This record gives sequence, structure tokens and C-alpha cells, in this order.
Amino acid sequence: MTTTPTTQQSSPRSDETAPLPADDGGTVPARRRWLPPAIGLGLVVLLACLPLLAISLPGVLPGPTYTPGTLQVLALALLVGALALSYHLLFGVAGLLSFGHALYFAVGVYGLAIVLDRTDLPLLPAACVVLVGGIAVAHLVGAISLRVTGISFAMVTLAFAQAGNVLVRRNPAGATGGEEGLALDTAHVPDALVGVANTRNLYWLALAVLVVVYAIVLWVERSRAGHVAAATRENEMRVRVVGGRPYLVKLLVFVVAATLATGVGMAYLLLQSGAVPRVTSADFTLTLLVMVVLGGVGSRWGAVVGGVLYTLLDQRLGALASSEAIAGLPSVLRVPLSEPLFILGTLFVLVVLFLPGGIAGAAQRLAHRSGRDRQREAARETIEESA
Amino acid sequence: MSTIVLLLITGLGLGALYFLVASGLSLIYGLMGVLNFAHGSFLTLGAFAGWEVARRLGADSWAVFGLALVVGAGVGAAFAALTELLLVRRLYERHIEQVLVTVGLALATVALFEGAWGSDPEFIEGPAWLRGTTDVAGAPVPNDRFLAIGAAVLVLVGIVLFLRYTRFGLIIRAGVENRAMVTALGIDVRKAFTLVFAVGGAAAGLGGVLASQYFGYVSPHLGAQLLIFAFIVTVIGGLGSLTGAAVAAVLVAVLQQFANYYWGYGDLVVVLLLALVLLVRPSGLLGRRA
Repeated sequence: MTTTPTTQQSSPRSDETAPLPADDGGTVPARRRWLPPAIGLGLVVLLACLPLLAISLPGVLPGPTYTPGTLQVLALALLVGALALSYHLLFGVAGLLSFGHALYFAVGVYGLAIVLDRTDLPLLPAACVVLVGGIAVAHLVGAISLRVTGISFAMVTLAFAQAGNVLVRRNPAGATGGEEGLALDTAHVPDALVGVANTRNLYWLALAVLVVVYAIVLWVERSRAGHVAAATRENEMRVRVVGGRPYLVKLLVFVVAATLATGVGMAYLLLQSGAVPRVTSADFTLTLLVMVVLGGVGSRWGAVVGGVLYTLLDQRLGALASSEAIAGLPSVLRVPLSEPLFILGTLFVLVVLFLPGGIAGAAQRLAHRSGRDRQREAARETIEESA
Repeated sequence: MSTIVLLLITGLGLGALYFLVASGLSLIYGLMGVLNFAHGSFLTLGAFAGWEVARRLGADSWAVFGLALVVGAGVGAAFAALTELLLVRRLYERHIEQVLVTVGLALATVALFEGAWGSDPEFIEGPAWLRGTTDVAGAPVPNDRFLAIGAAVLVLVGIVLFLRYTRFGLIIRAGVENRAMVTALGIDVRKAFTLVFAVGGAAAGLGGVLASQYFGYVSPHLGAQLLIFAFIVTVIGGLGSLTGAAVAAVLVAVLQQFANYYWGYGDLVVVLLLALVLLVRPSGLLGRRA
């Protein structure tokens, strides 16, 4: 089983994740080095201004951008983007295919809901308690499940997440509310974060969460531990041989990703003002995986785009399913088209089959091609000039 | 005493269902290194196919029930073989992508089943004997348990005989042992891939019809429900080991039944067992050391 030639296995991946040859070398013009951060900063400023503007995107958003309904959808998309980014740290950087990432998100959602419900702690101390709890759970589960690698690791994390799901559904001591879920107890939450009228504050909170998660993921990826994690993804044996400690580094990345997910989960609770058992399900982790692959494995902005795109598609396809245009179709077309998850699942299969590298990979190839064209054109011009 | 007998036989029946799913998973993983998330969909489709047959031809005769079992297994096998030919084969040797494709297929097909048959469980009927009970040492045991156990034993014996005494079985065993060598000897392993998928799909489809009798309903989530425990069974038994899957299926299901009855948290006990096995023997009970 293990005798398959490893070069075949790793070559498509390393091709995708390796930096573009020569382009990023010393000859890069200064303009291209500060351009991406500048675009990112501009985008964040634009997003921060959205609640003050009246931009309508019919078909994509339910209404103008200042309305609470639209801001709610956008905030949800930003939070899911942040969650997908934390999953990117796990899967894209460390190469850990986890099927239990929803567990740590659920620890944030349910943990904060229970602490606010059962104690008199104000929001910030309560959030700190939940964060510590999330770190503890991540250490415990990570330490056990990282004893195995590859597919076994995926199944073990799935099993732990399933245990969390069972626990939430069984409703021990009435703490989780079982199938009905748990409503947010707003007694100790600042007034600025409660109510439909304050949706834009929640939107800004979601944007802040996304920016912070992005910064932490960037920091971890650029750190020594991040480099060792990426090296472990490519070839664990070699990391061992040169004296690295793959287990500890993987555990570190696992815990950081889980803690980020817990943080995003707490913001999710405030936004949705309640916890439902769906966030603990295995399906929810699978959708995270779908987002990251859709956006492009190994790409930070790809994960965010994947998360945002998935959420918007999910919301809008639901609206499409109940529209009259679909209801009038014959049942062969109507049944599949009225199931958003069918369309998303099919889209996902197509991306895996025909678009390796997802959206980010496609964009990179496109940029690469146009860059080559430009070089070729410049070369042709110099030839023509000299002629 | 009678409670223990009842729990034991019910556990064995559940273990039989786990084994029907886990045997295919384990074979497929052993030969191809693919963790098949769409296996639950094979089971669900088999269950719905059997239910449609029973609904159209009259549910209470044994002949129709036998036909439902055959149709369920056949549909599961066909679906699995098509999955291998159209999706998995294109991603030869890229294990992560293969897993991702089956994940996408599982998401899409469950949604499709929901659209076609509705998301609520459909309660089913069968031959009258299956609804009755038999006294075993004073315990009234539902008869469908015996059917599930018998079918699982037959499948286990059948697969073992197939692997041991047929030419394809020989190729599959050799492929599990050392695929590169089999390919180097000029044998087309890819035919064996399709075959293993079809055998696994047939076992899952059969398991679907039996599971719908065991639980008393069919629903689009029947497969996903069993799949997670089948994963646990496969890991505990040792990936790629058929006997390991059989032993672990019985162990997990019986433990789950007892813990559910006396404590109420059977599913958690199973996960704890998994954690324990991984701490002591990371390669599973009968798995080869990696």
C-alpha cells in the first residue's frame, strides 16, 4: 500500500503551492511588492464603509447595503470567510485533513451561549473563559488524533466532532437545549451589539474578526513554526531527519486553528443571537472543506473568497429554489435545482476534477499567462526596434 | 438475564449493519487508499431502491422481499461502479482529491435524495415474520436482527471465499499487499478497482435494505448515520483488514447497545474506545504497522 511512488503523489501539490519561478525573485519591481497589501487595505476600508453606502447588487444581495437584512448576510459571509481561513491554516498550511473542525467552532458558539446563560459574567470575561476552554479541548483532541496521520487522522477528528454533536443533541442537564438550540441571553451583552437596529455594529465586529484572523494566520504562516509545518506537509520524514519535531509543530498549528475557530464561533453567536445543533454536525465541517477547496488550497485570500462565495451562493440558491421560475419546470429539472446543496456539491466535484487550485489557482494561472504575454510583447517590441 | 441476551443480539444485529458498510470501506481503502465518503449514499440508494420495489409489488411476500434485497444490492453495486469509473478513476493516485470528490458526491446525492423522496423518514413494511419476535432464553428478540446477522455472515463468508479462491480475488489480495509489483507484472489493477467498488457497493446496498428493516424506516440520512460508525469500526479494526472490520463491528455495536441501555451515552463510549485503541495501537486491532 505504501509502496506507491511518492514523487507522483506530491508533484501536483508542490507545483500548485510553489512560488512562481523567477517572478518573485530579486527582479520584482517594487510596485508589485506593495500592490497586494494596498489592494487588501483598500478592500477592508471599502467593506468598512458599506453600511454607510447604498449600493444595490440585485441577485447577489437581498437589498441595498445599508439595510440590516443585507448587512446580516454580509456579516455572516465575512465570519464564514474567517472560519474558512482558520481551516486553511490546518489544511492548506499544515496539510492536516481534519473532518472535525466544526467542533471548535461549536465550542465557541455553545460555550459562550452557556456561559452567558448560566453565569453573571459580562461579555468579555465570558469570552476569555470560553477561549481558554477551547484551547484546552483543542490540546486534548489534537494530542490524541495527531498520533495517527493521513486518512486515519481525518476519521478520528470526525469521530470526536461526532461526539460533540451527540453531546449537544442529548442536552445534558438542559445546558444545550437539544434539537431546538439555545437562544442568546442578552442580559450581559452590551446594548450596542443587540437588536436589528444595531446589525451594522455586528457587521463591523465580523469585519474586525476577519482582519484579526487574517493577521494571525499570516503571522503563523510567516513564522518558523509555519515554515516547519509547511515542510512537514511536503515531507515529514525529511523534517524528522534534519532534526525537526513534526508532532509538536502540527499540534501547535492545530491548536491555533482551533482557537481561531472558537473566536469566530463566539462572534457567530452574537450575530445569529442563538446556537443551533447544525454548527456541530459533520456536514458543517464538510462545507468548510468545500469552501477552502473552492477558493484554492494553500491560498489565504482564496479561502476567504471561497467562504464568502459559498455563503452568498447558499443564501441566494435557497431564494432561487423557492422562486417561480423553478416551480414551473418539469420535475426532472425542478427537483435537483431546488436543492442548493446539490448544486454546490456538483460545483465542488467539477472544481476538484477540472480546476485544480480552485479560484486562486485559476486566477494565478490567468495572471501568469497575461504576464508572459506582456513579456513576449515587450520582447517583440525590442526586436522590432532593433530591426 | 433476558435483558442481556436482548442487548447482545440487538448489538450483534447492529454490528452486522456496521460490518456491511465497513467491509466495503475497508476493502476500497486497502486496495486504493481511498476513503469513500460516498459509501453512505450507496447504502441510502440501495435502501430506497428496495423500498420502491416493495411498495410497488406488495411488501408482505417473501419473494418480493428477496427481490428487494437483490435490487438494493444491484443498485448499490451499479452506483459504486459508476462512481469509480466516472469520478475516482480520473484522479488516479491523488488520494486527497479522491476523498474530496467522494465528499462532494455525498453532499450532492443526499440533497438529491431529499429532493426526490422528501427529507422525512418513510416508514416501511415487510414480511410479517420480520415484525414478530422469537424467544431466546426468555428474551423477545425482534426477528429482523437474525436476518441482519445471517446476511452479514453470508457476506463475510462470500467475500472471504471470493478473495481466496477466485482469480480476481487473488489480484485484489496481491494489490493490497503491493500494488506497484502487481502492475509491474503486467496485470491491469484498474479492473480490480472497479470490481472492489462494485462489491463494496453491493454490500452497502444490501445493508441499506436490511437497515431499513432494522430501523423501520428509510430516509435520505440513513447512510450518513451509519457511515460515521462504520468509519470508527474501520479505524478500530485496522484500515484494510476485513477480519478486523468484522471483529470491530461486533465490538463497537455491542458496547454501544450496552452503554446506551445502562448509561445513555453509547455513542460517546464508542468514541472513547476509538481514542483508547489509537493510544495503545495506532494501526488498529488487526491492521499492519505503518
